[in-house]
Amino acid sequence: MENKDLRYYAKVHSIESFGTVDGPGIRFVLFLQGCHLECKYCHNRDTWDINSGEYKSLDNIFDKIMRYKNYIYPNGGVTVTGGEPLLQVKFLIELFTKLKEQNIHTCIDTSGMVGLTEDVKKLLSLTDLVLLDIKHIDDEKCKNLVGKSNKLELNFARYLSENNIPMWIRQVLISNYTDDEQDLLKLKAFIDSLKTVQKVELLPYHDMGKYKWKNLGLSYALENVRPCTEEDIKKAKKILGIT
Amino acid sequence: MKFEQWNGFAIGDWQEEINVRDFIQKNYTPYEGDDSFLVGPSEKTKKLWDKVLNLYQKEKESQGNVLDIDTKTVSTISSHEAGYIDKELEDIVGLQTDAPLKRAIMPFGGIRIVEKSCEAYGRHVDPEIDEIFHKYRKTHNDGVFSVYTPDIRAARSSHLITGLPDGYGRGRIIGDYRRVALYGVDYLIEEKKKELDVLNVDEFTESVIREREEISEQIDALNELKVMASKYGFDISMPAANSKEAVQWLYFGYLGAIKEQNGAAMSLGRNTTFLDIYFERDLKNGIITENEAQEIMDHFVMKLRLVRFLRTPEYNELFSGDPVWVTESIGGMGIDGRTLVTKNSFRILHTLQNLGPAPEPNLTVLWSTRLPEGFKRFTTKLSIKTSSIQYENDDLMRITLGDDYGIACCVSPMKIGKQMQFFGARANLAKALLYAINGGKDEISGKQVTPKYEPITAEYLDYEEVMEKFNQMMDYVAKIYIKALNAIHFMHDKYSYEAIEMALHDREVIRTMACGIAGLSVVADSLSAIKYAKVKVIRNETGLAVDYKIEGDFPKYGNDDDRVDQIAISIVKTFMNKLRTHQTYRNSKHTLSILTITSNVVYGKATGSTPDGRHAGEPFGPGANPLHGRDANGALAVMNTIAKLPFDSAEDGISYTFSITPATLGKSEEERITNLVNMLDGFFTQTGHHINVNVFDRSLLEDAMEHPEKYPQLTIRVSGYAVNFTKLTREQQLDVINRTIHERI
Repeated sequence: MENKDLRYYAKVHSIESFGTVDGPGIRFVLFLQGCHLECKYCHNRDTWDINSGEYKSLDNIFDKIMRYKNYIYPNGGVTVTGGEPLLQVKFLIELFTKLKEQNIHTCIDTSGMVGLTEDVKKLLSLTDLVLLDIKHIDDEKCKNLVGKSNKLELNFARYLSENNIPMWIRQVLISNYTDDEQDLLKLKAFIDSLKTVQKVELLPYHDMGKYKWKNLGLSYALENVRPCTEEDIKKAKKILGIT
Repeated sequence: MKFEQWNGFAIGDWQEEINVRDFIQKNYTPYEGDDSFLVGPSEKTKKLWDKVLNLYQKEKESQGNVLDIDTKTVSTISSHEAGYIDKELEDIVGLQTDAPLKRAIMPFGGIRIVEKSCEAYGRHVDPEIDEIFHKYRKTHNDGVFSVYTPDIRAARSSHLITGLPDGYGRGRIIGDYRRVALYGVDYLIEEKKKELDVLNVDEFTESVIREREEISEQIDALNELKVMASKYGFDISMPAANSKEAVQWLYFGYLGAIKEQNGAAMSLGRNTTFLDIYFERDLKNGIITENEAQEIMDHFVMKLRLVRFLRTPEYNELFSGDPVWVTESIGGMGIDGRTLVTKNSFRILHTLQNLGPAPEPNLTVLWSTRLPEGFKRFTTKLSIKTSSIQYENDDLMRITLGDDYGIACCVSPMKIGKQMQFFGARANLAKALLYAINGGKDEISGKQVTPKYEPITAEYLDYEEVMEKFNQMMDYVAKIYIKALNAIHFMHDKYSYEAIEMALHDREVIRTMACGIAGLSVVADSLSAIKYAKVKVIRNETGLAVDYKIEGDFPKYGNDDDRVDQIAISIVKTFMNKLRTHQTYRNSKHTLSILTITSNVVYGKATGSTPDGRHAGEPFGPGANPLHGRDANGALAVMNTIAKLPFDSAEDGISYTFSITPATLGKSEEERITNLVNMLDGFFTQTGHHINVNVFDRSLLEDAMEHPEKYPQLTIRVSGYAVNFTKLTREQQLDVINRTIHERI
């Protein structure tokens, strides 16, 4: 298994044939296995380990997607999420090349916390939309929350902006972690500096993924954090100036 | 021939012969716009609907939800005096008995069922009627049981073949009620008399005699229809002169049918575009306004929501919720490429808003990818709002059925006025598989139900061996099944003939013998488990296989996985071909449906543990659905699986029930509509046949907690990802619900 050509094989966590919120229209959602972040609130803890999951071939995945062309074309498309999809960038270049030949809309749901390698740039040139999950605008808080600095993802966002690649900015709203007014204002200022932001979405924090941590025998850091309410969202939206 | 009532209509063959399709094609106005022309309910409508709501409430409070029964009158087309909700308010009149929601007795199907039903609701059949039907008049039910063989009885009582219409009306026949409006009854009688002349032949064979008798009964029924209408002060011997009369005439035709027959499904046909021609003429001539047009349709639909039949509690267990399947087929495309959507297609759907959602009439949209965008968006908008609409693939059915067919019951297409079916309920193939393993012994009772076969004695099931025995068992089931159906329909024609419905058909009709399958996904998964995993048999002390243990994983039906989907396809084709080897009553054409309605629960209850890991007594998936929880790749993967089932081998319909939360369908209403339109376009392009669309409110999540089997695909979005609601633990479900309610405050 270790000798797989990673252009033609991907570690897959699961697929969802009917996604409607990760990009426009009906989405075929491919969940890739493996993530290098350690988000304390992660609801898909089981997608972290790059060594688990199943190898699937490019042809297998492409053929599978084509079984859904009647639903996802032309208004929807394919969204790759994870895990962190950009960890398998070589595979995605091949997949997106084939999808673009079919005029299928391509979308990546990412943290953007990767270096802008030639491969990543190549992939972004084949990507119609990036769902960019900005973990935290404050670097120290970011490190505490997800275990990594936010420098790469902010750079990533600027690259998208400079290269005219559309993006939806997302942030998970967590009480006492990401809902500080000053931080949100800073986030707003950053978003305003970008040219290709089509949408800003606040994702309310929930603890529905808690059981996955427990199943893996791990403790859950946000044990005492309450799920986000409609009221929290409203308040944060007001600060960000979005509807 | 020309009637003055036809002034303003374009001429055509329809004036020289009974040809409603030709009338529609020459006269209708396709509508490509949106719903902005629609109007709300009139004051009169609101008042009248309030009265109906009050009646519903009273009915709900009555014993067994039966408001009243007329136990003294044998129901016929003209048996009852006129009845009203409120005569002053009603645009469209006519009730099954002399009062709303009062149920009639129809003992020609079977007197015992009528007695049992009356007793269940605290009443007794009039002694005189009892005496007549016990002593002097044989019924359909008596007829069937006088010829049933021991093998049929055994298959029936062991639930190998289930739900047979041997004690209740078969239904699923659609009269062409439009003929009453377009031609008037006198002309229809004249045409029937001409048919009798055709049958005045030298060789007076059994079939000629039977047909002559049937036609004379049809003529009697048409005369009775006039009598019934006259009780309401209408003379329907001539054609309808305006839109209100057209609806009234048409409804009288339907009313005749539901006074004469307590059929399992009493469907209405495809009427809205026909009626639109009358509305358009009246609107053009300034005789009515849009408000009045909508009011007439609202009142018509109110009448359809009052249709009731007297049925036993056991029947209700099989088909829960007191359904009558007043199915109306709406929309579709014409052979010439024009859409058959008219403004009136919108009006009838709009009753879901003017009167609120309801299960009846069973509004059925004939979907084509080429339907006008405005109509697609309107129907899906209403689906999202009301979960009250089902969709069927017009592009698929038009190939063999043309553009003037309608749906009977849920999924059975038939050419209106030219085709009827012999309804055949369904064979429990999951049980047949267990019989194959147990040599024809019932896995629950231990009784030998079929002739003795060699049972499987190996510890682990071998695919080849199981398939060989299952094939033999399907041979046997097919044989017994057709035998039973032939007996049933012979007797139904003889003792409980649908005279008025057949009077509204051509003389030469296509008849289908509509068989059915229950438990398809259970069989497919079981065979897949046997083939791809290891299935160990657990036997009781008498050697009967009563449970199964699966070692390893196996492909499951509902995930667009050919390894198992091909098994399902092959079962459908094989069983269909086995049915075809048997001769049917009146040379009817064999067809098959994959439909259970709500009876999947009862069939599951009567079936032991199966090799797919389903426990004894657990429900089957409804219709062609996967067993709940077996699908792991989302809704579209399920759709792709179901769309693979071959319509050619299941022409009586393939039913799929789809449930989703609004949030999962999309973030805004506009997105939800667009996504649902794209989903339906996709499913039907994949050649899916039928889909029930449920978009549930959050309050329904609570119901889903108690009855997960009803919501196999209820998906919820929990911000970052989607989960299947029924797969969450109880605590998680409670959590979602509590948070939802909290959010609302």
